[in-house]
Amino acid sequence: MSISVDEVAKVAGLARLNLEPEKAEQFAVQFNDILDYMRKLNELDTSGVEPLYSPVTHETVFRDDNVRMEYSREELLGNAPETDGSYFIVPRIVG
Amino acid sequence: MSELCFHTMAEIRRRLADGELRVEDVVRSCLDRMDALEPSIHAFITRSDEQALSQAREMDRVGPKPDTLATKPLWGVPLALKDVLTTRGMRTTCGSRMLADFTPCFDAEVVTRLREAGAVILGKLNMDEFAMGSSTENSAFHPTANPWKLDAVPGGSSGGSAAAVAARMGFAALGTDTGGSIRQPAAFCGVVGLKPSYGRVSRYGLVAYASSLDQIGPMTLTVEDAALLLRVIAGHDPKDSTCADRPVPDYPALLADRTDLSGLRIGMPEEFWGEDGLEPDVAQRCKQAMTLAEELGATCVPVALPHTSYAVAAYYIVASAEASSNLARFDGVRYGYRDKDARDLIEMYRNSRSKGFGEEVQRRIMLGTYVLSSGYYDAYYKKAAQTRRLIQQDFLEAFEHCDVICGPVTPTTAFGMGEKTADPLQMYLTDIFTISLNLAGLPGLSLPVGLGERSGLPVGLQILGPAFREDLLLQVGHVLESRLPRLPLPAGIAQQAP
Repeated sequence: MSISVDEVAKVAGLARLNLEPEKAEQFAVQFNDILDYMRKLNELDTSGVEPLYSPVTHETVFRDDNVRMEYSREELLGNAPETDGSYFIVPRIVG
Repeated sequence: MSELCFHTMAEIRRRLADGELRVEDVVRSCLDRMDALEPSIHAFITRSDEQALSQAREMDRVGPKPDTLATKPLWGVPLALKDVLTTRGMRTTCGSRMLADFTPCFDAEVVTRLREAGAVILGKLNMDEFAMGSSTENSAFHPTANPWKLDAVPGGSSGGSAAAVAARMGFAALGTDTGGSIRQPAAFCGVVGLKPSYGRVSRYGLVAYASSLDQIGPMTLTVEDAALLLRVIAGHDPKDSTCADRPVPDYPALLADRTDLSGLRIGMPEEFWGEDGLEPDVAQRCKQAMTLAEELGATCVPVALPHTSYAVAAYYIVASAEASSNLARFDGVRYGYRDKDARDLIEMYRNSRSKGFGEEVQRRIMLGTYVLSSGYYDAYYKKAAQTRRLIQQDFLEAFEHCDVICGPVTPTTAFGMGEKTADPLQMYLTDIFTISLNLAGLPGLSLPVGLGERSGLPVGLQILGPAFREDLLLQVGHVLESRLPRLPLPAGIAQQAP
C-alpha cells in the first residue's frame, strides 16, 4: 500500500492546502517513507486492546454554565484580518 | 551588575525578597545579557524590555514585604516564555508566519499564575513552528543557536527556552512537551527540564498542537528551581477539563526529605540502554550517573518496556491526527494570516493556510488528515491508540518492580544545524526515548549529567516516574545533581559574555 501523488493532492484539498505539483511529488516520497515506518505497528497483535485516546483518568465534571462578560467585542475582533467593527468579514460565499 | 544573572532562581528570589537587590537591577542584568548574546543565540522572538522595566520600577517603588517569599514566591524574578503560551497584549506567534501579528487578549493560565507569583516576563522564546520539530529550525523567524556550540541546534521544539536558560538570559523559562520538546532541548543545552504528568498543569492558553499529549513545564538551571516553578504553575484549573483536581505538593520543601537514594529501585529498561545507536558520549555519562546513584544507595533493576520501538510510529500518527484537527482553526477569518487576493472563501482558506504555515506543519496536517480519513482510520489512528495502551501498560507493569525509570534523554548530543532537515523521518527518530512518556501521560525529568568526553556537549539523563510523582523525580534529580560536578558556563558564549 503506497500513497500516490494524486492521493497526496486529494488530502491537501481536504486539509484546505494548496500544493504545487513538484511539492506534491516530494511529499508523496516523504509520506511513503513515513507511512512505511508507521506500518511497523502491523507487527503488533492489538485485537481486543482498548484504544487509549487520552491519558486522563479523572472524571470530567461539568461546571455551571454561568454567563459572564469576559472579553469585549472590540478585543475579540482585534486580531481579525477584516471586520466591519461588529462582525468578521469574509469573501463572498454565495453568488 | 551583570554577575546577577549567574544566580540560580532560588538565590535571586531570596535576595529580591530580602530587599537586598532591586528588581530593576536584576531585570537590567538579564537585558544586558540579552543585548550581548542575542546576536549570536537568537533565543527570543519577542522581547518586552519596556514592559519588564516599568513593571520592575513599580515593584521597587512598593518594595518587598516580610511575607513576600511565601505569598509571591517569584517576586521580581525575570522569566521568559515559549512563544506558544498566550500573553495578554504581547504578541504570541507560535514560531509561525500564520500568527506573526497575533496579540492575544488573554493570558494563559500558567502566565496568570506566574504574574500572581510576582514574576517579570522578559519576552517570548523561539520554537519550532507550532511546536512541531526537534531542532527549532522549523521556526518561521530564525533558527536558535546552541550556547555550547553555535553551529549546533539547541534541540526543540522548546529550543529558545533551553538556550535562553543555558545562556543565563533569564532565570528560568517555560517550555511545552508533546513528544520530548522540554526534555530533549534541556538535554542538548545542559539545563533541567521537567515534563509534568498529563493533567498536572493547565493547558488553557497553550496553543494546541496535540491536545492529548501537550504539557507545559519548567526549564531551569537547577532541580530546586524546577520544583519552585512547578509549585507555582501546577494545579486544577476549571478552564481546562483535562487538568486534574488533585492537591499540589510543596515540591521545593519536599526536596529536603531525601538526602540520598537509599531504598530507591531504579528501573533500567534494556530498550533505553542498548548500545545500538547510543552515542558513546551519552552512554558513558549516563552510566556514570547510574553508578553514582548506586553509590548513593539506589538499586538498579532490569525492567522491560517491550513496545518502545513502536512509540515513534504511534506518536506521529496520534500527534499528526490531533494537529490536523487543532490547526483547522487557522482559516484566516478570526485571527492569523489572511491572503487578501483570494476570490472566494475556499480559495481564501487554502491560500491563507498555504502561505501561513511552514512545510513541516503542512506535512503533519496532511499526514493527520490522511490517517483520519475514511478507510484509513482503523488502520492508522485506531491502531496507534491501541499501541498507546500497550505502551502505557508497559510502564504500569514496570513500576510494579521499580520506583523510577532512568535512561538517556536522547541517543546523541546536540546535532549540527541543517544535519537532519532534509529527511523528516530521521528528525522524528531523534525523539525515540522521550516520546513514549507522552503517550502514557507520565512525568519525566531531564537532568544534565556532564559533558560528553568527545563532543564537549551536554548529556541529559531522563528520570521517569508514575503519574503525579513529580515530587519523587525532583527528589531523585536533586540528590544526583548535588553529587554531580556543576556544568561550566556554555563554551560557545564564554568569550562573548558581558
